[in-house]
Amino acid sequence: MKKYIKLNINSNEYELLVADNETLAQLLRGPQVNLTGTKQGCELGDCGACTVLMDGKPVNSCLVLAMQANGHEITTIEGLSVNGKLHPIQEAFINAGAVQCGYCTPGMILKAKALLDTNPNPSRTEIREAFVGNLCRCTGYFKIINAVESAAQSLGNKEVNAK
Amino acid sequence: MTETTTKKCSVLNTSPVRKGVPEKATGQAKYTGDISLPGMLYGAILHSPIAHAKILNIDVSRAKKLPGVKAVLTTKEVSNIKFGHSPARFDETALAVDKVRHVGDEVAAVAAVDEQTAREALELIKVEYEELPFILNAVDALADNAPLIHAEYPRNICQEVHNEVGNVEKGFAEAYLVRTDTFANKKSDGACLEPQATLANFDINGNLTLWTSTQVSHYVQRTVAIVLQMPIDKVRVIAPYVGGGFGVKASAGSHEIIACMLSQNTHCPVRLVLDREEVFMHNRARHQFYHEMKMGVDKYGKILAHKHLSVLDGGAYSSFGIATIYYNGSLLHAPYAIANMRYDAYRVFTNKPASGALRGHGGLSNRACFEAQLDMIAAELKIDPVEIRIKNSVQAGDTTASGYYLSSFNMRECLKEARDSSGWVKKKNHLPKGKGIGVSTSYFVSGAGASIYRTDIPQSTVIIKVADDGNGVTVYTGSNEIGQGSDTVFGMMTAEVLGLALEDVKVISGDTGLCPIDLGAYSSRQTLMTGNATKQAAEAIKTQILEKVSQRYHLPASEFELRDGRIYGTEKNMDELNLIRNRYKFEHRHFTNLVESGPLTFAEVARLIYADSGSILGKGTYRPPDIQYSKEWKGSVVGASPAYSTQTCIAEVTVDSETGDLTIDHLTLAHDCGFAINRKSIEGQLEGSMCHGLSEALFEEMIFDGKGRLMNPTLGDYKIPTTMDVPDMHAIIIESNEPNGPFGAKEVGEGCILPVVPAIINAIRDACGVVIMELPITSEKILKSLKAKEAAKAEQYIYKPPENADRILERAAELSKGSSAR
Repeated sequence: MKKYIKLNINSNEYELLVADNETLAQLLRGPQVNLTGTKQGCELGDCGACTVLMDGKPVNSCLVLAMQANGHEITTIEGLSVNGKLHPIQEAFINAGAVQCGYCTPGMILKAKALLDTNPNPSRTEIREAFVGNLCRCTGYFKIINAVESAAQSLGNKEVNAK
Repeated sequence: MTETTTKKCSVLNTSPVRKGVPEKATGQAKYTGDISLPGMLYGAILHSPIAHAKILNIDVSRAKKLPGVKAVLTTKEVSNIKFGHSPARFDETALAVDKVRHVGDEVAAVAAVDEQTAREALELIKVEYEELPFILNAVDALADNAPLIHAEYPRNICQEVHNEVGNVEKGFAEAYLVRTDTFANKKSDGACLEPQATLANFDINGNLTLWTSTQVSHYVQRTVAIVLQMPIDKVRVIAPYVGGGFGVKASAGSHEIIACMLSQNTHCPVRLVLDREEVFMHNRARHQFYHEMKMGVDKYGKILAHKHLSVLDGGAYSSFGIATIYYNGSLLHAPYAIANMRYDAYRVFTNKPASGALRGHGGLSNRACFEAQLDMIAAELKIDPVEIRIKNSVQAGDTTASGYYLSSFNMRECLKEARDSSGWVKKKNHLPKGKGIGVSTSYFVSGAGASIYRTDIPQSTVIIKVADDGNGVTVYTGSNEIGQGSDTVFGMMTAEVLGLALEDVKVISGDTGLCPIDLGAYSSRQTLMTGNATKQAAEAIKTQILEKVSQRYHLPASEFELRDGRIYGTEKNMDELNLIRNRYKFEHRHFTNLVESGPLTFAEVARLIYADSGSILGKGTYRPPDIQYSKEWKGSVVGASPAYSTQTCIAEVTVDSETGDLTIDHLTLAHDCGFAINRKSIEGQLEGSMCHGLSEALFEEMIFDGKGRLMNPTLGDYKIPTTMDVPDMHAIIIESNEPNGPFGAKEVGEGCILPVVPAIINAIRDACGVVIMELPITSEKILKSLKAKEAAKAEQYIYKPPENADRILERAAELSKGSSAR
């Protein structure tokens, strides 16, 4: 059975025809939306590579049925940089050396966004706890944790400057 | 290296942002599974559910009738030409012929209009099997009356090795202390985050393009051409962004060949992405090893003799196994000087997925056994573990008993730096109860000296082309960027030679249609081998630039220097400079940002050459020098390398004596990488290796049931570390000047995993007197050992590999009796 759903993806409105067993990850990556920045590593919710934000909260998009996302706002990695300008979290990951093969990176960065939106100054332990569902095989996580710390700092500084 | 070189460098030895990283952080980077072509079909593979069976019949009629199915292939429709990894052991076909040899063996393949239809079609294929007796462990494999997995290998022995240098029996006779210990690990997986994905497209002229997630574009191209009986030049392999490899993507896989067959059959592009369960069944990662080691030392701890008996459970096919069994012997010839060594080993077939290569290929479990034993010897002799390693260490200028010449080897510096940085002296023997500290050293190759197939071609060829307007250069290399940062390394080397900024250098790699042959990313070879070819190619460009200014200025080339994008020395004759500059400016008068002052730019001079003779090309090649290895130690060519890295790990742990719970508190890793090219990338490799080593020490195990079915084929059940499992860590870069390396550089990606496992084992012994000699180290094993130790009122308890390991090693000992080692 296929059905039309409405999604707001990265501030764009979509009307999409989806199958009842289609996951949000498949929909995002598939021919209708074609946003392949969202990665699939396991399709079981184990690896976190497919993390996207649904109404600002991180979800494993392989565990969300496309139909469940009907009417919600989705942010993927493609929606984070605006007009070609990198988001400070992206900058922090790039500069900290937190990206090796890069396959976990989109999920990591969106997880970082969700964390810093709710907890702007996390401790290293809080960062570790927040990222427990996002696997990385390359980096040993050390520079990823550094990147989140440094992103928190630069986002904080920005707020201070704005004030 | 060498302060002088460091000082002279403007790009090397820094920490630039890696090439491709902004693309990865924004989702712009396209991995194979992200690429779609118009009219593309989706491929899927039917796997055997049985460990060992004859195929009596395959009925595909229902699958073919399913709407949307475009092709169903079995052995009858496709090439059955054998392929594999080592040419001496090509024992695989793309789809099973007559019988299946493990659960997961490829039986049939489908292409359909979407993935779901393809998977549905698989369920409609009816295969009639006749089950055969199967073998799931090495002792059954080696039995005299064992069923044969491959008819041509009696007792299922894929390869055996018997080697001796010096005289071990004499060495043991002179020893003050002799110990024998056994050790085993479990088959582990690479667990790259990106599952294997491949996209094949035959065009109307019969040319094939294959985008694939690989470490070795060249070997994939060659294998596909062999199996499909095509001229190699009609096959173009492109490795897009690759989401990790670690060894499991270092051979052509049947999925790649099957995708090509499906495309050939349907005349459409076909994309095939393995799911995680298929990844586990397909990956040829680390073997399951069994080791028995006997070590004899004098009363000062000097190692006099070493005897190593080993069995490798290889699974159903040879894969890398021939190399693995030789590495398993030769990778113990350093970092300690041992004159008398013997090695007897068998690699056997079993009805499980094949094993192959993984980070630190053939050097992880043997190193763990060796170092744990050395630590127990040090304890018996009351020698500090760091001291016994320094005492036995080899150093630069030494030749090992296997004949390897160590042209650079800062092992003692690694040991000392790791010791001092970790606070070893203050901690060892002074930690509170339950806390422990342990050390291990190791070494690794910096590129396999011999290529996988016999050939006289250079291992690397690199071409650099200067942009037509002179603004920057492009490096073309068939090497493979898999997330380790090799593109950036070659970009940095090129920028350094040509006095350009890294941003001015583009790198195109892993595309056999555009790039000259490079053997690819395995055996930690690219920094040294591709790096040497890159440096030579860049120097060929530099020579042309210098010749041109020398000719225009009537001055020797030595009067000029390439730096900061300029040719210094050209300002010595302002008339000539202005003549050249004005010409460039006139030609480019509609462009902005033209240079007005200072020495001539690289672009201005390059454009002069272009005007004379068109494109400026530089070519570099690398073939290893005449590498030394001992003819006495059979197979020592496996393990012979132009250079050797060395490393030390120090682990600090806490063991809960009530529960056996183990916490890794801190890891320190010092690694001699020669001259450091990209410092942040090197740190990243060290940190990644600490995590990967911790993972193999504590978690990784592919668990099979009694019928050879994998019980934990998910990343939830097959554990790898999360952020919560990894401690704070300290990566220490130790530099040396490797004469065979470009700018003095050598490997970093693999060797640094090797000392991590034994450092953890030794730290646990230090913490609680328990030595866990079987991986993975679980709390359960620690707790059992603590209880057994307490019951025996002993100071130390050794957790041995289970009984069947003894039976396997006994059988191997029995078979190797009387085998000539010379």
